[in-house]
Amino acid sequence: MRQSIVRGWWSALGAVGLTEPRWRALPPGRRRAIKTATWLAILLVLIALFGVWKIAALAIAAVVALLVVPAWNRIPGGKFVLPVAVLGIFICYPWYVGWMPQLPIFGPFPQLSTVVVMLIFSMMALGLNFVVGYAGLLDLGYVAFYAMGAYMAGWFASNQFANQHLDLGAVGLFQGWSGYHITIWLLLPMAGVATAVIGILIGLPTLRLRGDYLAIVTLGFGEIMPQIARNGDNLFGTGFNLTNGTGGITPIDGPGFGNWAQTHLHLPANYLNAQNFDSLYLWTAIGLVAITVFCSMRLRDSRLGRAWIAIREDETAAAAMGIPLMRTKTWAYATGAFFGGVAGAYYASYKSGAFPDDFFFNISVFILCMVILGGMGNIWGVIFGACFLAYLDREGLSNVGAWFNNHFHTNLNVPLYEFGIYGVIIVIVMLFRPEGLIPSQRRAAELHEGVHDEPLYEAETAGA
Amino acid sequence: MPLVASLLVLGLFAWLIVNFLKGPAYFTNIAFIGLTNGAVYALVALGYTLVYGILELINFAHGDVFMLGGLLSATMIDAVFGVTTKSSTGFLILAIVCTMGVAMLACGVLNATIERVAYRPLRGAPRLAPLITAIGMSFILEDVAIGWKGPGYTALPNVLPKGSVFSVGGVTYTWEKLIVIMITAPVLFALVYLVQSTRQGKAMRATAQDRDAAAMMGINVNRTISFTFLIAGGLAGAGGLVYALYFGQLRYDSGFQLGLIAFTAAVLGGIGNLPGAVLGALIIGFIQAFNEGLQWHSPGSDWTESIVFSILILILVFRPEGLLGERTPEGG
Repeated sequence: MRQSIVRGWWSALGAVGLTEPRWRALPPGRRRAIKTATWLAILLVLIALFGVWKIAALAIAAVVALLVVPAWNRIPGGKFVLPVAVLGIFICYPWYVGWMPQLPIFGPFPQLSTVVVMLIFSMMALGLNFVVGYAGLLDLGYVAFYAMGAYMAGWFASNQFANQHLDLGAVGLFQGWSGYHITIWLLLPMAGVATAVIGILIGLPTLRLRGDYLAIVTLGFGEIMPQIARNGDNLFGTGFNLTNGTGGITPIDGPGFGNWAQTHLHLPANYLNAQNFDSLYLWTAIGLVAITVFCSMRLRDSRLGRAWIAIREDETAAAAMGIPLMRTKTWAYATGAFFGGVAGAYYASYKSGAFPDDFFFNISVFILCMVILGGMGNIWGVIFGACFLAYLDREGLSNVGAWFNNHFHTNLNVPLYEFGIYGVIIVIVMLFRPEGLIPSQRRAAELHEGVHDEPLYEAETAGA
Repeated sequence: MPLVASLLVLGLFAWLIVNFLKGPAYFTNIAFIGLTNGAVYALVALGYTLVYGILELINFAHGDVFMLGGLLSATMIDAVFGVTTKSSTGFLILAIVCTMGVAMLACGVLNATIERVAYRPLRGAPRLAPLITAIGMSFILEDVAIGWKGPGYTALPNVLPKGSVFSVGGVTYTWEKLIVIMITAPVLFALVYLVQSTRQGKAMRATAQDRDAAAMMGINVNRTISFTFLIAGGLAGAGGLVYALYFGQLRYDSGFQLGLIAFTAAVLGGIGNLPGAVLGALIIGFIQAFNEGLQWHSPGSDWTESIVFSILILILVFRPEGLLGERTPEGG
């Protein structure tokens, strides 16, 4: 199927004189330039015809061309050009978002608050990527870690435990506060560690199970956790209010650096009171994602990361080579849980609340879908998948739905079908491109060759 | 570890006995509810177990096939046949039998189609690939239901007779519960006959044991797998009808929750094992009914799912082969 599409593509191009051998013979720089120019031209024409044209579209095209076309890797230090530029583009987003053109179908560029959520979900997806992408363990209950992180923020940065009184550098406390208030900067790693401990506790008895059994057990934990959150306002009839039930824990303190830092260093005292509230959260989220990406890369290439990949590819062979299966898998679980917990705590602080309705099974699948769509095991793919799906969830789907209804004079409530759309994405990706949109080469080879022997009865069709 | 497990089971029995002594009649009534729930779960759990037995695939979409079967049955009985509470018994039976045929056929075909479209191309892929696809299919089917019926509950008038079959010393057994058993039992017996005593059933068992060897013995493996999905879907359709009749309302996400519970039942009984699935379903049905109905120290319906999933986790940790399953070298 895929081969026939490729063949058709080349025969169409051959009709205008560009055959595959001629294309392959071009120098790589020129090939990149032609490809980029073609895509940008298509995009600009689409924006001009169906979007709202602004001169900024040309500027974006110029920046993209400048980043993609030259062979930056050739010059010394050049490998840092692309990451630094991307980081800069993200950091400057608050200043230029107002000038961006409207895209066809998708409408305006995402708002700041959406970008914050996109980045938080990137972090969660990167966390899940440790488990699913690197170690090859299917985790269907990742939302439990997210919930754990969020409730850690709820317990230790709000008035939840009214008869306690502890302040550890928290900002923005009101008169007559009670409960634990630990500064978010300390709370983020705390939430991560607590969630990692939960991950280890869940993992130790269950990780010796086979792949699909493990998926079911994690799904079970993912269902139990929100139920505890929902019913935790009166745990086992003792009257102890752990989670404040369906109301959730709110408000939760915001991050901040306190008054001293504001007067002396011009750092914001309290994000929640700041004028550029969303920008501050955005920059912090970029920092967190950058840390996660750094850890992902370093861990992937470490001894532990190579052990994960070995287990993913062949558990028996890995064990024979002396990799301790249980310990290695548990570490994957704990690492994934750590980042899920940090992201959950940060999200709770951004939303100023931890609500049990945020922790349904759907969210686990949502995050899994990000990892699969982007490309299991590839950091940039996962970030792309997370940003794209989180954007669809917050703004994209309603924009696309509005466009669809306007053009086809229908009256569909597209966001209602959100998860069906994700389902279609999952199925199509698994059937036609199981390695995701931006695959990791190693994973792609594994998925296409298959780790199992070719079944006999399909031998004649499999070769085609 | 076995000590902990034994203590848990002992505690469970102690709790049941105390509850029984506090009100034997009440306890028995609750047990009847559990039996009825268990019968519905059994129909769905068998579908999971059949598919797992032959493909080693947890068919996440199964619960949603069941839910679509329920919605179809509700529509048939309510809108097509126009059954009301005042309809005569003969007409009610006719309507139920016709609906059952249509629902079983439709769900069977749907399930087989899903297998053909979404699972078969992934036969050679790593095991997690079809599992992930199944989750995607499950979401697609839920949205089909939303598109068809909207996100709200689809209600069905309470057409089953409510009168009691017998009533002894405070223990009453109502007709609606008996009807559920009367629909479920023949389906189960037909399934057992099909799997144990027919040529096609033999092919199914052979394929489940060793797919390659079965292919070499001249069994058309792909057709056998399709047939298994057809049967599993038919069971889900029957389950959907029973659910719609007995509980009276369902919506797009009813199938997912119930599917997970039924899957737990299948694992509890020993996945791939048909009598095990029925046993597990009955146990889960009883546990749910006791948890929600009993009054002495019961956690209540808020915790039903947590309890069911805790059982699932405990079973998988302590005895992954289930109650009736055989211990396999890979089982743990």
